[in-house]
Amino acid sequence: MAKKSLCAWQDLALGAAILAPGSAAKLKTGDWRTLIPRLDEDKCIKCGMCELYCPEFCISEGKDGFFRPNFAYCKGCGICANECPKQAIAMVMEEK
Amino acid sequence: MLKKRVGIEVSLAVAEAVKQARAQVVSAYPITPQTHIVEELSTYVANGELDAEFIPVESEHSAMSAAVGAAAAGARVYTATSSQGLALMHEILFIASAQRLPIVMTVANRSLSGPISIWNDHSDIMAERDIGWVQLFVEDGQEATELTIAAFKIAEDHRVLLPVAVNMDGFILTHMIEPVIFPAQATVDKFLPPYKPALKLDPAKPVTMGPVGVPEVYLEAKKQCEQALLDSKAVVAEVLAEAGKTFERKYNLIETNGKKKAKTLFVTMGSLGESVWSAVEGLNEDGEDVGQVRIRLWRPFPVQEFKKACKGAKRLIVIDRAMSPGSVCGPVAQELKTIFYKDKDAPEIVNVIAGLGGRDVPVADFKEMYRLAKKGKLAKTYTLWGVDSNA
Amino acid sequence: MLRDITIDYEKITAKNTPKECMISSGHRACQGCGEILAMGMVTKAAGKDIIVANATGCMEIVTSPFPQTAWKLPWLHVAFENAGAVGSGIEAAIKVLHRQGKIKKKPHVICFAGDGATADIGLQSLSGAMERGHDMLYVCLDNEAYMNTGIQRSSSTPWGASTTTSPAGKQSKGQNTQKKNLPMIMAAHGIPYVATASPAFHLDLMNKVRKALAVDGPAYMHIYAPCPTGWGLAGSKSVEISRLAVNTKVFPLYEVIGGRFVISRKPAKPQPVLDYLKLQRRFRHLGEKDVAEIQLAVDGAWDYLEKLAKATAKEEK
Repeated sequence: MAKKSLCAWQDLALGAAILAPGSAAKLKTGDWRTLIPRLDEDKCIKCGMCELYCPEFCISEGKDGFFRPNFAYCKGCGICANECPKQAIAMVMEEK
Repeated sequence: MLKKRVGIEVSLAVAEAVKQARAQVVSAYPITPQTHIVEELSTYVANGELDAEFIPVESEHSAMSAAVGAAAAGARVYTATSSQGLALMHEILFIASAQRLPIVMTVANRSLSGPISIWNDHSDIMAERDIGWVQLFVEDGQEATELTIAAFKIAEDHRVLLPVAVNMDGFILTHMIEPVIFPAQATVDKFLPPYKPALKLDPAKPVTMGPVGVPEVYLEAKKQCEQALLDSKAVVAEVLAEAGKTFERKYNLIETNGKKKAKTLFVTMGSLGESVWSAVEGLNEDGEDVGQVRIRLWRPFPVQEFKKACKGAKRLIVIDRAMSPGSVCGPVAQELKTIFYKDKDAPEIVNVIAGLGGRDVPVADFKEMYRLAKKGKLAKTYTLWGVDSNA
Repeated sequence: MLRDITIDYEKITAKNTPKECMISSGHRACQGCGEILAMGMVTKAAGKDIIVANATGCMEIVTSPFPQTAWKLPWLHVAFENAGAVGSGIEAAIKVLHRQGKIKKKPHVICFAGDGATADIGLQSLSGAMERGHDMLYVCLDNEAYMNTGIQRSSSTPWGASTTTSPAGKQSKGQNTQKKNLPMIMAAHGIPYVATASPAFHLDLMNKVRKALAVDGPAYMHIYAPCPTGWGLAGSKSVEISRLAVNTKVFPLYEVIGGRFVISRKPAKPQPVLDYLKLQRRFRHLGEKDVAEIQLAVDGAWDYLEKLAKATAKEEK
């Protein structure tokens, strides 16, 4: 018989509460995308607007000062590319 | 030393009990016949006699919603309602138990509309049988006082962590002036220590309460709550026993009175039981073989205890205070027919639905019910007393 | 009565913009969701000492799919119409627990709810909460329809928008009523702080959150939240449309502080509403006359706002 339950009822937290904050990060929503943002470092002025406007909250500043998405989560929405003041980001078909 | 007995309106006694229980948040909306309880609590807060936040919410739905929020944040919470107010809270009642929140609520039982009726019966709480709450029925003022305090102890026990409804008959109990002996505050404090939440909303330990119950977990979540409700019976018995030692009265889940091992038993729940008690006493004086079983714990239904109380009985006259339209009999009778299903010595169950919408049922009527039942003249399904009878 | 309220808060600038979002990646929102972007910005500004009461809706669903949660804050979801009441209860509990020495600090309470949960089914509990003066912030994330259940109209759906229950058709131009003005309704409750915000103007939004939390008593924020799925908008344009909404004056940015209306941003060269409408499929059935009517309404509303700002401004002595 196929397993249809997530856990035994005795193992559920009180009131089916979820005790691990931010555990949604286990789901790699990067699987959702068709387009992927590609950064042209020559055009990038490291302003950080892409980080600010990313609805996945997955863009962060690297040690080199460039802002890059965590591709495990990037859904390829294209907001970063649309908002970049220098058009330094292009949305391209992802090669899988 | 003689304990001080005061004559007090039972609503006000309940308010005093909530004050003694040191409720921290009271969120309530007025509705007849519960109003005196919340008015008194509001006065206590205004005078600094009760250190609590009184939230005068704008509806009963919000009263229960605010109660849920406050309990989730870790406070001891109380509310009270009746009838339409209880019905308006309906959606949230299920959530309160699902989220395992120890809210205590007095239900001043009042008839559900329509037609609109402010008078007493149990139709309001009978529409809430499946909410997953612990549900008690009290009969008199002393009991209302002591069991309101006990309700917090039951609710907050870590083996339970479920909301508790204390049902008391609207007007016929809430507005009666009865003699009550209040325990000393120190006694209550010893009986009921401060609430220690097992889980609460706290930035230091962020939890998510009320997530989406996907099909792979909903069943298990319901099982957890159901098991907690079933397990609560033992805790209720324990707390009632301790209340019996601490306060004035001894309390059982099921009470009996009248002739021992009687062949016929009246079954009652709530204050009408007192009228039945008088009838039974009178009938016993006439030599009739009749007794009475009074249900104190309605949910979870104490099956073993009830059967024990009925041992040897051949007939139960079940007094229901609500209809269950379209079903075969009233709600309490349904419950009892089910628990005795296929039992070898199951008693005959005769159902009388009486006192709907506050219709008076004098003691003499119960004696009449007994006589009719003895002659086999009460319907096999149920008798709607006052319509299906000559009462 | 107009009051002068001084708000002490730590201002956010481009140089010190908080980066920590209290909603994790991995949430299940649609690609390009403007609502979760806005909500994330609120949490960045608000910090960690927060308890959230969330109404049923997109945000609740996409952030709490059992067994995972995207929330890094304590979070409670109860039902659809009662975020205001639930928040009130949390606030009251915090108050008494703190007063009784059971908790050391009082966290702030933030309610998140959509336009359906706020303007329609939840208006009563919001109104009650605001009237009772609870010290909390209620944030309405407005994507202008019941999006989670499949794009049905709410009373916050703008005139002429096509939704599944106000569809454009041979005998219909879509929503045939005007958008309910929630910020004005909240201002009429006399609460100390009301503000509108758009995620395209993130500093404005975040500072308003700080002000709302700093103020003593109830605060209300109405945040424009684009829904690519429901509006027929490219997901990449959520921030662009949030900017256009402000620059066309369709969604004015303003505050009401102690009853005084303060316009946050006056577009220097306001763009025509057509620029805003044409990006969204929900408006594509509208003709020239309809667009002209919308322009008239937008200009009229802006004019009204300017009059209110002038009428309630502090008198120069």
